[in-house]
Amino acid sequence: MIPLSWFLILSAALFSIGLFGVLSRKNAVAILLGIELMLNAVNINLVSFWRYGDVSQMAGQVFAIIVFAVAASEVAVGLALVISVYRRRNTVIADELDLMKW
Amino acid sequence: MTAMQIFFLITGLVILGSALMVVTTRNLIHAALWLIVTLFGVAVLYAILNASFLAVVQVVVYIGAIAILFIFAVMLTRKEMRDRGPQLNTGWWLNAIIALLTFGGLFWMLQGWNGFSKTAADFPSGYDAVGQLGKALISPDAFVLPFEVASVLLLAALVGSVYLAFNRK
Repeated sequence: MIPLSWFLILSAALFSIGLFGVLSRKNAVAILLGIELMLNAVNINLVSFWRYGDVSQMAGQVFAIIVFAVAASEVAVGLALVISVYRRRNTVIADELDLMKW
Repeated sequence: MTAMQIFFLITGLVILGSALMVVTTRNLIHAALWLIVTLFGVAVLYAILNASFLAVVQVVVYIGAIAILFIFAVMLTRKEMRDRGPQLNTGWWLNAIIALLTFGGLFWMLQGWNGFSKTAADFPSGYDAVGQLGKALISPDAFVLPFEVASVLLLAALVGSVYLAFNRK
């Protein structure tokens, strides 16, 4: 049987890779890809804690489903923003989007 | 080492390798395709964890909807990037150090916790995990309110993204 630690280490590594992507990518779409990796790492944690804790408490799986819904809405709004920005300013590079920089 | 553990290790290597390709590859279409590999690996993990409903939802929602949305967005914003020039910020090594420190901190925090190497108990006989999940989602004593709030959030995000991406010209 697989110990809980393997899942936790895997999800910590996946989270760190996603964090690296969010911090160092230039393209706004690629930043959203990194956020997806981080959300998936969180979901692995939630489901493995459900499986390794009390399986009759469904909170872990229900929360994972809510994370799915939030991730879907986040991607829809984020990509709509990127497309809208691209139409007006003809760039998707996060550094160049300094319209609201003071 | 049991067959299950070897299977887990292969899945984990596929997930981490493809996740590294997602954050480092130059061509964004390829990054989106590598993301599909990562998401499929996570679906396999859900299957290993006996969360069959979530494994199916992962394939349908993440791979079927979100990854395809990413590919569309990359194609709609392609003209400017053209995959030339550096795709990473100049201080990327500093970000790599931050990510490594995050992983180290998480690992250090987890290995001090006494439930760290616990193994899973078998399901009670006749236990129906998917049925329990369905009941928990619609039962007023459990999670019906968060479930409905999530559906309202999805509707609001849908309306908002249509409004944002609508071409007024």
